[in-house]
Amino acid sequence: MHFQSWAEFWAMGGYGLFVWLSFGSSYVMLAALAWYSHYQHKQFKRQLSAKLAREKRIKQYQEQAQ
Amino acid sequence: MFKWLHPYAKPETVYHLCGRLMPWLMGAALLLLLLGNIWGLAFTPPDYQQGDSYRIIHLHVPSAIMSMGTYSAMAIAAFIALVWQVKVVQWSVLAIAPIGAVYTAIALITGMAWGKPMWGTWWVWDARLTSELILLFLYLGVIALSGAFSDRQTGAKVASLLAVVGVINLPIIHFSVEWWNTLHQGASITKFAKPSIDPSMLWPLLISILAFKILMLALLCVRLRTAILVNEQHRPWVKALAGD
Repeated sequence: MHFQSWAEFWAMGGYGLFVWLSFGSSYVMLAALAWYSHYQHKQFKRQLSAKLAREKRIKQYQEQAQ
Repeated sequence: MFKWLHPYAKPETVYHLCGRLMPWLMGAALLLLLLGNIWGLAFTPPDYQQGDSYRIIHLHVPSAIMSMGTYSAMAIAAFIALVWQVKVVQWSVLAIAPIGAVYTAIALITGMAWGKPMWGTWWVWDARLTSELILLFLYLGVIALSGAFSDRQTGAKVASLLAVVGVINLPIIHFSVEWWNTLHQGASITKFAKPSIDPSMLWPLLISILAFKILMLALLCVRLRTAILVNEQHRPWVKALAGD
């Protein structure tokens, strides 16, 4: 361990703002991309199942009506 | 000779393969990223000139290298898609573009946060910075073009064409620090020479580079699976998958 204390670690030898700005913004962007990619996948699957279920219901109704 | 490759052109096979690989890739990428970054942040000595500000290197260099690596992958996929018209490869061009765009944005933002304390400015129009910014615009261009046509196929083809033409920017980025007098420093790691960076700083850096590479594959798996479902939604196997 290079740093003597947590306070020293967060200070980063006076460059804390720039170091933590870099790491913070990078992690946020990566997490957002990962979350959004998963969300898109789940969302499309949900929409597709809903669409298929709707088509099935319409088909059943038409068969009943005949 | 390449007959073993043929099943992987089938969307259904790729969908299930990606589903199986994704958790392992994502787990490995997270572990390596944590290991490389914590090692680089807390367990390496400070630079003799730049103090602790140089620790930004552990995100800046991996994201910059992989912003170009991702572009090469996308351009090769685009070329294959244009010449041999393999559908899965075509969809992967559009699936990989946002990943490259995020990597490029990370390289630019961490570079700005490093430039401010070291150069005294957030941004200069120097060759390395400008060509990397153009790389971001190329990624955004591929994403925008693919969505700009009412016909998905046409959009994908035009986007692939831009991706292939944009390859000209890669050597420009790579050699910009040698061809022009730039504020940006030269390469610290090259394939042919002994690295000009101390081994204690090199190892966590190499681990972070590997983490960004594996993370790109993991995210590609997630995004390609969605693209396969969208494009194959009228096929029986997707209907069977979504039905239950």
